[in-house]
Amino acid sequence: MSGDTSGEWPLWEVFVRGRRGLSHTHAGSLHAPDAEMALRSARDLYTRRSEGVSIWVVPSDRITASSPDEKDPFFEPAADKPYRHPTFYEIPEGVRHL
Amino acid sequence: MTAALALGDDALVLSHRLGEWAGHAPVLEEEVALANIALDLLGQARVLLSLVGDEDELAYLREERAFRNCQLVEQPNGDFAHTIARQLYFSTYQELLYDRLARGDSPFAPLAAKAVKEVAYHRDHAEHWTLRLGDGTPESHKRMRRGLEALWGYTGELFEPIEGCEVDWAALGEEWLARVTSALHRATLTVPEGPRRGAWAAGAGRQGLHTEPFGRMLAEMQHLHRSHPGASW
Repeated sequence: MSGDTSGEWPLWEVFVRGRRGLSHTHAGSLHAPDAEMALRSARDLYTRRSEGVSIWVVPSDRITASSPDEKDPFFEPAADKPYRHPTFYEIPEGVRHL
Repeated sequence: MTAALALGDDALVLSHRLGEWAGHAPVLEEEVALANIALDLLGQARVLLSLVGDEDELAYLREERAFRNCQLVEQPNGDFAHTIARQLYFSTYQELLYDRLARGDSPFAPLAAKAVKEVAYHRDHAEHWTLRLGDGTPESHKRMRRGLEALWGYTGELFEPIEGCEVDWAALGEEWLARVTSALHRATLTVPEGPRRGAWAAGAGRQGLHTEPFGRMLAEMQHLHRSHPGASW
């Protein structure tokens, strides 16, 4: 098998779906030589207490993340726009789970 | 209950050996994987030994000659490849055996039906590592081959009939060899040559004859219980 020969295994991000109907959520990260082994290590590290029914692993270096420097232009403009939140409706009596 | 003792001791002893990797595994991820496998085996051992008597007494107060595990599982861990070779040989065997027991009507059928899923994962883990070590670097290939060869002489004993297990042992042995051969070929390895049991006492674990390292392992496993009988926390 070929691949990185630096001796350091690549980092993988692990996403676990708790149960049917929910979405995968980030559980943590781990080192593994390849995707198949990453999946198995994820099973052992993050689902040993019955936390999941499905696992995704993603190479960490394939994730593009917003940087803390961009925090203001990215997120500040949304802070003063309360009309974007559905909070101006009267909830009719008898409607549950809202 | 010869069979419960044999199967239970296999699980107990291998569990202890795998537990020895805690704090020593090459990477943290693999340490957790080996510990998980060890805990699965410990769970199986508890159920099986409870069929025979008091599990703690059986685990901690028996002398070496009273253990009925096969000699393969008591072999020291060696390097990581050596441990993987032991895992490949044993988990392939255990999966085939439990699968048969699960379909029978012995007292072990319920345990075997549950445990066969755990063991299928152990075998999958061993095969994946065999593939990566065998088809990895020249160094990993060499170490994997060395582990496979060193343990080959202990695989014959696995197919000695165990009293109380209604299983076609010859067919089990053939299927085991086919599966191991296939896994090794995929990993660019070959099946070791040579006899699968020694002329001396190799292959007599089921009769209570064990190899030298087993005594030291037992001393470590049992000393706490023997020094502080009934201790708990």
